Amino acid sequence: METIAMPAINLAVIMPEILLSCIAMVLLLVNVFVPGKNKAYLGYLSIIGLAVTAASAVGGWGPSVSAFNGSVVQDNYAIFFKVIFIISAGLAILIADRYMVQEDCNQGELYPMVLFATVGMMLMASGTDLMVIFLGLELLSIPLYILAGWNRDNLASNEAGLKYFLLGAFSTGFLLYGMALTYGATGSTKIQAISAYVMGNPGVASNPLFIVGMLLIAVGFSFKIAAAPFHMWTPDVYQGAPTPMTAFMSAGPKAAGFAAFIRVMIFAFPMLRAEWSDLLWVLAVLTMTVGNIIALSQDNVKRMLAYSSIAHAGYALVGFAAVNAEGAAGILFYMLSYAFMNIGAFGVIVLITKKGEINGNVQDLAGFGHKKPLLAMVLSIFLFSLAGMPPTAGFIGKFYLFSAAIKAGYVWLAIIGVLNSAASLYYYLRVMVFMYMKDPTEDFEWAGATPAIAVCLLVAVGATLVLGVVPGTVLELAQKAVQF
Amino acid sequence: MNQLPLLSILTFTPLIGAILLLFVNKNSHGVLRSIAMAVTVVTFVLSLPLITGYNAPGSDIGGFQFLENIPWIAAGPFQMSYHLGIDGISLWLVILTTFIMPIAILSTYTAVEEKVKEYMICLLLLEVGMIGTFIAIDLFLFYIFWEIMLIPMYFMIGIWGGKNRIYAAVKFFIYTAVGSLLMLVALISLYFKAGGGDFSILRFYQLHLDPTTQMWMFLAFALAFAIKVPMFPLHTWLPDAHTEAPTAGSVILAAVMLKCGTYGYVRFAMPLFPDANAQFTPLIATLSVIGIIYASLVAMVQQDVKKLVAYSSVAHLGFVMLGVYALNQQGVTGGMLQMLNHGVSTGALFLIVGFIYERRHTRLITDFGGLAKQMPVFATMFMIVTFSSIGLPGTNGFVGEFLVLLGSFESGLRWYAIIATSGVILSAVYMLWMFQRVMFGELSNPKNQTLKDLNAREVAIMLPLIFLIFFLGIYPRPIIDTMAPSIDKMIAQTKVQKQVAQAAMPAAMALPPGHMAVPEAGAAPAGMPAGHPAMPEAGAAPAGMPAGHPAIPANNEAK
Repeated sequence: METIAMPAINLAVIMPEILLSCIAMVLLLVNVFVPGKNKAYLGYLSIIGLAVTAASAVGGWGPSVSAFNGSVVQDNYAIFFKVIFIISAGLAILIADRYMVQEDCNQGELYPMVLFATVGMMLMASGTDLMVIFLGLELLSIPLYILAGWNRDNLASNEAGLKYFLLGAFSTGFLLYGMALTYGATGSTKIQAISAYVMGNPGVASNPLFIVGMLLIAVGFSFKIAAAPFHMWTPDVYQGAPTPMTAFMSAGPKAAGFAAFIRVMIFAFPMLRAEWSDLLWVLAVLTMTVGNIIALSQDNVKRMLAYSSIAHAGYALVGFAAVNAEGAAGILFYMLSYAFMNIGAFGVIVLITKKGEINGNVQDLAGFGHKKPLLAMVLSIFLFSLAGMPPTAGFIGKFYLFSAAIKAGYVWLAIIGVLNSAASLYYYLRVMVFMYMKDPTEDFEWAGATPAIAVCLLVAVGATLVLGVVPGTVLELAQKAVQF
Repeated sequence: MNQLPLLSILTFTPLIGAILLLFVNKNSHGVLRSIAMAVTVVTFVLSLPLITGYNAPGSDIGGFQFLENIPWIAAGPFQMSYHLGIDGISLWLVILTTFIMPIAILSTYTAVEEKVKEYMICLLLLEVGMIGTFIAIDLFLFYIFWEIMLIPMYFMIGIWGGKNRIYAAVKFFIYTAVGSLLMLVALISLYFKAGGGDFSILRFYQLHLDPTTQMWMFLAFALAFAIKVPMFPLHTWLPDAHTEAPTAGSVILAAVMLKCGTYGYVRFAMPLFPDANAQFTPLIATLSVIGIIYASLVAMVQQDVKKLVAYSSVAHLGFVMLGVYALNQQGVTGGMLQMLNHGVSTGALFLIVGFIYERRHTRLITDFGGLAKQMPVFATMFMIVTFSSIGLPGTNGFVGEFLVLLGSFESGLRWYAIIATSGVILSAVYMLWMFQRVMFGELSNPKNQTLKDLNAREVAIMLPLIFLIFFLGIYPRPIIDTMAPSIDKMIAQTKVQKQVAQAAMPAAMALPPGHMAVPEAGAAPAGMPAGHPAMPEAGAAPAGMPAGHPAIPANNEAK
């Protein structure tokens, strides 16, 4: 009698995902059964849930454990990314309540949605099967479409949701098609099996089926990380979405896109690193340059940050193009830093946006530095970090990304990168010009900060500085995370 | 290490002061000013033991001393350390910094009435960056301090500056950042060329890089430093920044920040990439000479006194660069002295412009005339500083300029020296002409007839500078003696490697004729100012050098 091989099921490997899913479902129920307009408590419960999940995820640090017949893995790489996702979800939740109350879209389902998206991201980071990665991506994307259109009385938010949904679906199609073609060429969807097949049959590299599949996968991921020329959706979605959700989208899902992209590209196709490298080189240069140049002419701070987030994906791609361990570790560190500095910057934007105002223009910030010196200083620290000035996390992150490229011999790529950084200085400085160097044009209305936002800003600014001054430990962890 | 980490204390005292200021009420200007003043004075006092302690018996004469070395980041391919130390070159620049800061702060007492708190914090943070830049041995640490310096200066120009302050501030920031970012790329490449280890400059000195690599890296470093110096044609940010900056900002910018550029050449660009340095010497000397002449001519036609002083800065720094590139004992000593001199005299000039601007709110030369009758004390001080800036014998400017010209005349840069000499004359023309138009003639403008002379505070600001002008002019010996061994080391470092590399690849070195900057053998020429050390030549340790000083004729070690 033939024995059926039972797939190895190890639930402990996906414990963080299970935990967070359960917490999210419980919160959905709590939201239904606990009456009242105030939903802030759901946010605090979510933070607790995220903390528990983080503890469970970090507990797995160490040797990698594979489960579900090699579909999911618990390794340091995935754990590092999971921590990034949890941090970005947590910070975004902290700034959410104030904004949602102000905009009258304070439905409690918001928080479970963020948590579900986080589960999706975690699956993307730990999936070692193309199908699991795809499922993770969908689990991430669908809540995000909803979150982008959360402010349903606001046209721009509606537009953001719809646009994100259409383009997201479109890009998912690319990705899935690419996965299908790759499966056709190699006979498996498991990254390890694909890798083994490519090693065993070098001829497959010239198989058009395989090449097109690979390219389509790259296109699909490029949509998710908003790399040029697949960045078109970003500015409108980022500008229209509720600001806390923009903050979340710019940090977490981008990191998740990178997590899956790196895993697929470096592991599934190790033979083709040189080809990847050329492709990523072009992608990196385009992304940095397009993002920065368009950001230069933006008056709207949110839109400027949207374009700048495209540019930041470009910097991360510089490290990716190096296709070495330093580059991968650099991306890990950068994504962590970016979560802190970018969500922090959006946190300040939340505080200064008036109700119903989608156009938080840089001109409105005139004189801000003298009215709210502390808040302006905090925003300046985030902006300097985004611009890559020492002693902040952004500088160390860029230093490691560019040095990975230089180590791989891509000195020109690093030079283009630093010149882009220099160009980006202009638009980051512009915000400070208005804050500090212009006189206020009108009376500034100040609604005051909530404790939650204060905590978010404090954590973000602290982390930005600590990662800039004593980054050693985290960098070491990032290095360990990429030793597969 | 048993001794106190003096350099760290020195660097971070202003930072502690800045943090302290955060907790002071922003409306109590007196308290804010006093704290900032006290902090900078304490920093200055703390820096004095460096002078007495440097080259103490038994130490590494001329080398880096007061060393502190703590591992900082070790991750991935890199090891950064918190590695500090000073030698005879950086010692005096640190002292210059700590000396200028209290003066700069004192000068703001009446000039800045708005946002005093932020202003003082900016000044103190600036001091952290400047001191750190001069004492970092670890290149990564150096880069961080170098960049940190930009941020407070950007705010100082942008918030407290003149009409075009925003343009000037953004231009200043982006201009300097572009240069430093390219340097960052070169710095990382250099690290990978050196292989594992730390970012210590001492380790990088031992490298022998191939000429092409050297060329690219030199260009990247030199560009960053040339922007900061600033050298023609990269000087255009300077007149804007200087003119728009508030007085204290201009003083610090001129007195200290520009020196970071020339210091960068002496410490990094030249000794790290000797072959490329040799190859580019004619270019840099040419740009220096053009800078001297061009800036002097432009200064001559300025309507605005502050702009005139700004252009005179460009000319003076041309002299510094020329002297440093002579690459012999007199030239480099002259260049270094000229850095200090320029710090003192141009700092003083900006203060003087600040005094008059505070009174009249104009800086146009035509608005003045005959002030000498109304303000005799002011006139005297202005005259002394003007003479120092021109380089009249007896003042500090003379010693520096003379050594620079002598050194470059003795080196392969003879023709450059001859042309640059006309810059000395031009500086007399523009300075004296300006002085005459402002101070002499009819006191016709009624607004000028009621001007008050300097008050006690302003005199107190100027006196230390005037003292230094004469001290450095008459007895520069202590400073020259402390610098000499370190300068010898720097020259040796820049030359020994060159010859090694030349022996290895003679074909690769297509040097222009007459270019080799080897010091000629022979007795020190007559006519040198007293206290000037005899040149170290042909192996004999000349008199006037501290004991144990290694006489460095480069060719002894090169095989």
